[in-house]
Amino acid sequence: MTTATTTRPTGRGHSRVGRFLAENGALVGLVVLCVALFVATPDFLTGNNLLNIGVQASTIAVLAFGMTFVIVAGGIDLSVGSVAALAAMISAWSYASAGMPGWLSVVAGLATGALTGAVSGMAVAYGRLPSFIATLAMLSVARGLTLVVSDGRPIATASEVSFLGSTVLGVPVPILVLLVAGLVASLILNRTVVGREMYAVGGNVEAARLSGIRVRRVLVTVFTLSGLYAGLAGMLLAGRLTSAQPQAGAGYELDAIAAVVIGGASLAGGVGRVSGTLVGALILAVIRNGLNLMNVSSFWQQVVIGVVIAVAVGIDVLRRKNTRH
Amino acid sequence: MNPSTPDAPERPDGAPAPLLSLEGVTKTFGPVTVVEDVTVHVRPGRVQVLLGENGAGKSTLIKMMSGIYQPDGGRVVVDGEAVTLPDVRAAEALGIATIHQELNLVPSMTVAENISLGRMPRRGGLLDRKAMRDTARRALERIGLDVDPGHQVGELGVARQQLVEIAKALSLDARILVLDEPTAALTRTEIDQLFRVVRELREAGVAMVFISHHLDEIAEIGDSVSVLRDGRLVDEVPATTPEPELVRLMVGRDIADQFPRRREHDGPDDVLLDVRGLTRSGVLQDVTFQARAGEVVGVAGLVGAGRTELLRSIAGADPYDSGTVLVEGRPLRRKDVAGAIRAGVGHVPEDRKTQGLVLGATVAENLGYATLRSTARAGFVDRAGQRSRARTVSEQLRVRMRDVDQTVGDLSGGNQQKVVFGRWVLAGSRVLLLDEPTRGVDVGARVEIYEFVNSVTAAGGAVVMVSSDLPEVLGMSDRILVMSGGHLAGELDAAGATQDQVMSLAVRDVDRDAEDRAEGAES
Repeated sequence: MTTATTTRPTGRGHSRVGRFLAENGALVGLVVLCVALFVATPDFLTGNNLLNIGVQASTIAVLAFGMTFVIVAGGIDLSVGSVAALAAMISAWSYASAGMPGWLSVVAGLATGALTGAVSGMAVAYGRLPSFIATLAMLSVARGLTLVVSDGRPIATASEVSFLGSTVLGVPVPILVLLVAGLVASLILNRTVVGREMYAVGGNVEAARLSGIRVRRVLVTVFTLSGLYAGLAGMLLAGRLTSAQPQAGAGYELDAIAAVVIGGASLAGGVGRVSGTLVGALILAVIRNGLNLMNVSSFWQQVVIGVVIAVAVGIDVLRRKNTRH
Repeated sequence: MNPSTPDAPERPDGAPAPLLSLEGVTKTFGPVTVVEDVTVHVRPGRVQVLLGENGAGKSTLIKMMSGIYQPDGGRVVVDGEAVTLPDVRAAEALGIATIHQELNLVPSMTVAENISLGRMPRRGGLLDRKAMRDTARRALERIGLDVDPGHQVGELGVARQQLVEIAKALSLDARILVLDEPTAALTRTEIDQLFRVVRELREAGVAMVFISHHLDEIAEIGDSVSVLRDGRLVDEVPATTPEPELVRLMVGRDIADQFPRRREHDGPDDVLLDVRGLTRSGVLQDVTFQARAGEVVGVAGLVGAGRTELLRSIAGADPYDSGTVLVEGRPLRRKDVAGAIRAGVGHVPEDRKTQGLVLGATVAENLGYATLRSTARAGFVDRAGQRSRARTVSEQLRVRMRDVDQTVGDLSGGNQQKVVFGRWVLAGSRVLLLDEPTRGVDVGARVEIYEFVNSVTAAGGAVVMVSSDLPEVLGMSDRILVMSGGHLAGELDAAGATQDQVMSLAVRDVDRDAEDRAEGAES
């Protein structure tokens, strides 16, 4: 350690506001983005459009909350898009073909997500597979099972699932789900033992182990939670379409990872916050929405999103370099 | 001598003109001045020692020499001319090479490839492997290092890697070599090898800067010592200056006893730790010993003798094939860290950065990891309690920090180590396993750690301390176990033991084994 880092106070010269801005770069970006779109198009800042953005953000946000656990613990989960599809499909199938009651089909969907997550987690924890590989395998397996169960055709969902696509007292249900899922994720990460252990495992797995933290148990928990959240996201997707689609959620894992990373998490592990992830997911949704309002083609939207990811993370890297060295 | 006089290159004793000088340099970070008006001359054929506690400004000075930092005041002079070193490349171009503690080698590449890294010889657009090997061979010969250039660097020990890096620096025509704590991770034999190379380079006229926390090495290898305290140059003295005087200059006060071991426990000396026949194929052979309440058991031996593995096995971090570990009479499950912690075992690992701490997390978090679960209610962290306990224990251990929310990676080595200790204070550990507890820790914090060890044993705890620092083992232990080749080679009473006795035990069995093998091969 250098003498500089031992004696230098942090936040030198920064006011409290300045420090807040420096630590919440993504939030600043989101606000700037919203102001720019407000100036660019009158359609942006309407109640309907904002609710619309919330609904559009909800699926990716819920996936990204689950992903936050994994990334904080130093892993990655590539399977969440496929797992979401499988969970929705199992839910729809158990209602339509197996004759389960609607509420039980919801439980079946969530359980499917948690179970596939647990399998990935065990492959990582006990099988010692890198999480990239284990979840890449699960990406393929879950998508395959989705196709097997559905025979490649959509299946209608129970009304309890469709409820997730409806509106309560003027507020779309996906937004409520998003808020509750975010609060729970934040509670788990900040307040529970296993949550703090995730940060320790992601920050330094050996130090965590030598401190008596049962690393493998933490890893299984992390992937199970990610799977559970993916299952919930799958129900949201199915709810909006009132059916489970075999190709639903394809590629969503990359948006989820992008949201987490834009939100300030480090792929090296040990760093990440649910609030950041939410902002990341909102940034992606706002950009898509804004570009739609301005009639930019969806092809160009992909280009813009890619650039945003690179710029957001690039700024974050620079900021970290300046505050610590 | 007036340290702040910038132009005093010629000395009355006929010392050669300096190759590199920092003249009255100052470095500030924001409002904090970490180096103030310091002058250091580095002369050809001389070893200039920088001495000071962590935080005294040594690293900052080195970084100004190697182009990582630029001084805010004063100037850097090379060959009598003021220069600016905007980056490491500029310093290297002037012949200044720095060997950092974290080595700059690619472990998966060969010695030859590492030496030629960034300037690999080419012939017809392809890599000229022969020329590369020749370059490497010449570089290795120059420092008398007998290593195959085709060998993978990662398979060499730290000591040899360090020498490879020195060879690499010299092959880049370095005239000024900055060695940042080169001996920290070396055994005595390896240090001897390093010092032989340093002496040869001194004969050859290379100018060197040397940093070490081991005072005995200064007289052995140094010529002149710049003593730093709180970012200022306190004095420049000859390397032959007696150690107590160096300590006084460095800390600004007398440390009457560098190893203040006191055995104050007057309760029953129950056996707290009972290790029976611990064996792990190829690593540990039938290790049996006990540690009693109030006792410090030192474990000496060469690197690779199995000392670290012994501690890790007891702590549940490593598996073992047979044997038993009992704590207060109760057997521990093998490879169960959490179980060992519950039984009262605390393990301060060899390398706090890679094994002890989550560097990006706060002091409070790091202190609390071992007690996160035991203090929780229904799976929820006792946040207020964890923080207040963290505050209490960091105060008790005198961790120098802004507050418990400071990132632990920003603390100095000694304070980081105190945080690792603090974790076990919070866990209420009665058996402490310390692996190189003061490595990379400055003298002041070191004494505080020793006092902590005293307080643990005074309260009826037992301490098992592995250390490569012989004076430390002799000074702080009550009993010394010497390990060699995975088994206990002998036991000494620390009161009468000498360094030579310890070392002869540490190497004895290794020699005998080698002879046995040789005889076996002949017959």
